[in-house]
Formats: sequence, C-alpha cells, structure tokens
Amino acid sequence: MGDEAVPEAGWVAPELREEFPGLALRYLLIEHGSGRAPRQVKKRLEALSNRFSGPQAIHLRHQPIPWAYRVFYRHIGLDPDEQQTPVEAVALERMKRGGFISRSLLDDALTIAIIESGVAMRAFDAGRVEGRLGIRQTESGEGLEGRPGELPPGTLVIADEARPLGLLFGATAAGRGVQPRTARMLLAAVQVKGVPEIAVEEAIWLAADVMRS
Amino acid sequence: MPEGVLKIEASDSSLQAVDALEAAFGVGSERIDVLTQRRARQDLRRQIALLEKRLGELFASVFPRQGMDWTVGAIGGPRVLGVAELERVRDALAARFREAQAELGRRGQIEEQNRGLVEAMIAEPQRYRWVRVSNQDVGEPGCQHWHSRPRWGILGMLLGWWRVKLSSGCPLAKGPRPQQTGT
Repeated sequence: MGDEAVPEAGWVAPELREEFPGLALRYLLIEHGSGRAPRQVKKRLEALSNRFSGPQAIHLRHQPIPWAYRVFYRHIGLDPDEQQTPVEAVALERMKRGGFISRSLLDDALTIAIIESGVAMRAFDAGRVEGRLGIRQTESGEGLEGRPGELPPGTLVIADEARPLGLLFGATAAGRGVQPRTARMLLAAVQVKGVPEIAVEEAIWLAADVMRS
Repeated sequence: MPEGVLKIEASDSSLQAVDALEAAFGVGSERIDVLTQRRARQDLRRQIALLEKRLGELFASVFPRQGMDWTVGAIGGPRVLGVAELERVRDALAARFREAQAELGRRGQIEEQNRGLVEAMIAEPQRYRWVRVSNQDVGEPGCQHWHSRPRWGILGMLLGWWRVKLSSGCPLAKGPRPQQTGT
C-alpha cells in the first residue's frame, strides 16, 4: 500500500459495535519513518500557532468534534479534564508554550492534523504490527508491553490480530510506537459517534500529506 | 417474540410445551434483561452527552473568570461502564453543572455591584477616594482598572480635586523571545 492509498477500515469487536455505535478505526500505511521536520513543516506549524489563539482554545469543548470526544471519554470512564482529549492536549500545549513547538516530522504531522480536524490520531510502527488493526476489550491475563502487571479484563485497547498495541486514548505498548529506526508506520484515527467520516479522512490525509513533505 | 415461544405454539404435546415455555422464559428473560440494560446505558449516555454540552457552554460563557472547578472525576477506564457507573458519571456532571451555574450567578451579582460602583466613582470621585476596581472585578478580560485618585498629587488631595483614572491596560510582555522555528 502506498502513500496515496485510501485509509483502511480497522475492525471493531462486535460487542463494542453494539455498545458504541459510531466507534471506528481508520488507518493508513506510510512507507517511511519519522525524523527531523523540514523547514516548510516548521513554517506551517508556526503559521498554525498564529492562527490558533486563546479564545479558540476556550471554545474548543463545545465545537462538535472535540465535544464528541469529550462525551466518549465520559462514556468510557475517563475525565477529559484530567486526561485531555488529543485536540485539547495539543491546544493546551500551544497555550502553555506560546506556540506549537516542532519536535519531529511525525509529531508535527499529528499536531497539524489534530488541530486542523479535531480528530484523535496516533501512529504505530508498521513493522511491529501483525495483521489488521482494530478496537477490542482485553481478556483476562492480557497486558501492555512495557507496563507492569496485567490490564483489567475489559479494558478498551487498539490491537492488532495478536496483541494489544495501546490503550484506547492512552499509552502505547513499548516498542509498538514509532521510533527512530521505524521504516514504515501506520497513521491511525479513532472515530467516535458524532465525528463525521469526512473529518477522519481529512485528518489522515493531512497527516500523510505532511509526512510526504 | 422469543424463538422458544414460537416453538410452543407449533407443539401438540403439553409436556413438550412446558419444557419449551421454561426454556423460552429462561432465555427470553435473560435476553430482555440484556436489552433493558443496554437501553438504560444508551439512555444514560444520551443524558451524559447533553450535560457535557451544557457544561461546555457554561465553561465558555464563564471566560475570563478563573478559579472555578470543572473536574468531575474519572470512574476509571477506558472500558464499557455499567448502568450504575454511568449513573455516577451523570450525577457528578449534573452536580458540577449546578455548582458552576450557582457560582456564576453569585459572581455575576458581585460584578454587577462593582459595575455600579464604577459608575458611582465616575459620578463622584471624591466620595470614593483611592478606590480601585479592576476589569476582573467586573468580569471583563484585560488588565485595566478604574482608580479614584487626586489630580496633581498632594495638591489635589488638599484641595479635593479627585478624578477616576482608567489605566492603559496590560503591561508589555517581558522575558526571552519565544523560540523561532523555520529559520
């Protein structure tokens, strides 16, 4: 699958599909790793910093997409004021630091995509993923690599066909995220009820576009 | 209609009918219970979404006031919450919404009084000597303040020449320049 490919639809466990209609996962394979962000990406981030101001951050939580993620957080037992939704976390960082700070090509791509679309995005090392990605509940005895102990059964995770890769809206398993030696990555977007399909596609497209620059 | 009940209607034997009825009610009531629970959860999720929306609107309307608590607390997740847990989330959200609304109302009254005070200060500055009211006191953004002070310093004090001065705003930013990217 090349960079121009259409994002693939991840699977969602049937019991979760029934419980949370609208929950979905879309992802796209990118045939290269991260690294330093080129100058045009840094400039784009700088322009985005100037466009995104305090009042926008204040009004984020009653815009449809950020609100949808806040609601979903409540539905799954998280408090979005303690553990921010991705778009609120990025906005908060902007307010604290006075701008979006460039870190790496991937981080910058995700920041741009998240702020522009409001959609929750993350990335995995494609070389360390077995089969298709999806969302499911953990079973008894399952854990997250690099994290001591087992996860409580029923924890919502993003998984491949072999193991959990990360908590849904939380930590990524050790070695499953993108690292300096990663050669291929999966850009994944989690869709919840209230987030339109077009926004998810736009988010993935935006991040992929920055990654290709 | 549960499948077991259809089987009873098709059967001629009364004994078979009893067995089928038991099976039907056993499976059926379980199924009904599952569906009822799910419906209850969906209903609670709708209520949580509505409360979250109202809380978000209130949060935006409160700006620039600070010092209000918005956290509701996490039940613990991410996982599928049961009816009782969703009820706890809903109740906590409703309580937080009520508290925030009451606090906003209380602050609104104080701000209204302060706006009245500013008007009175402007009308009769000599009656409110050295009184200072900031934008924050009237629920407005910015760093301006109204200050009743004498014209020409000590001379104004002695002669009773008082006036209300409006400060020019926030001090200029200081400290190191933010890091420039792309250069």
